[in-house]
Amino acid sequence: MREIYKKPEALKDNITHYCPGCGHGIVHRLIAEVIDELKIREQVIGVAPVGCAVLAYNYFNFDVAEAAHGRTPAVATGIKRALPDNIVFSYQGDGDLAAIGTAEIVHAANRSENISVFFVNNTVYGMTGGQMAPTTLEGQKTLTTPSGREKKTTGSPIKVCELLSVLEGARYLYRGALSTPSNILKVKKAIKDSFQIQITKKGFSLVEIISPCPTYWGLTPLESLQYIDNNLLKVFALGEIKNTVR
Amino acid sequence: MAYVKINKEKCKGCGYCVNVCPDKAFVISSQLNSKGYNVIEYTSKECRGCKLCVTVCPDCAIEIFDGKK
Repeated sequence: MREIYKKPEALKDNITHYCPGCGHGIVHRLIAEVIDELKIREQVIGVAPVGCAVLAYNYFNFDVAEAAHGRTPAVATGIKRALPDNIVFSYQGDGDLAAIGTAEIVHAANRSENISVFFVNNTVYGMTGGQMAPTTLEGQKTLTTPSGREKKTTGSPIKVCELLSVLEGARYLYRGALSTPSNILKVKKAIKDSFQIQITKKGFSLVEIISPCPTYWGLTPLESLQYIDNNLLKVFALGEIKNTVR
Repeated sequence: MAYVKINKEKCKGCGYCVNVCPDKAFVISSQLNSKGYNVIEYTSKECRGCKLCVTVCPDCAIEIFDGKK
């Protein structure tokens, strides 16, 4: 009996706490598959954020450290500098990376720390109840913007990849989405590229992943995938935003 | 040919697999798991092993094996 697809070894056999249709589960699986393919499970150290993915250490079958809210790139920097032979990645959401952790991510990118950052952008604060995040679309309804986000008072969504692309230290910036199987496979390739950039000591890389949040978008899981294609991807352009590694 | 194994305790019934299966073989059943989610069921006898369902599954609830069940 040959397996065509089996759960990756880098993922524990636990039931996740994520809502039905949440993109975090897909991103966890993609990271675990890439780690298995590169055979680096014994070397990898992940750094988990505060946010919906705060319990990521329950699901990954390798070492994971926990950081204070938004400080994941700073903790990853310390781990990587102390243990340069280990592969270190930071896993963050948009409330974590684009709001409270703006300083840490900008300076980690500017110093071109040799770490990989996986940034799950679902345009809301999930764990705290669906409040507006810096990445929320204009007009998007959230708990704190009940009549839609207004540009006049709250600004426009932050495009993190474009923001970091002006920094010389940011070597590889990619934005993908989880809306279709082909987009998911492109995200997996970007995650693999990001790890390989770190293994070859080329510097800082970040993969932004546009991810569905059916619960706080008030949609069914399938409607939330359509919402990504019809609304989010009009604001957040997919593809390689920057690549100076080649 | 291949066959599909579903971990019903992990499934949350999001329906992503129902949407992508080229054989339309997945259905959301009336069966509930211990968390109270309506779990998916595989209705076709044979699977072509394209792995689209496992690509989209957020909960790693589907595994595919070669051969007959």
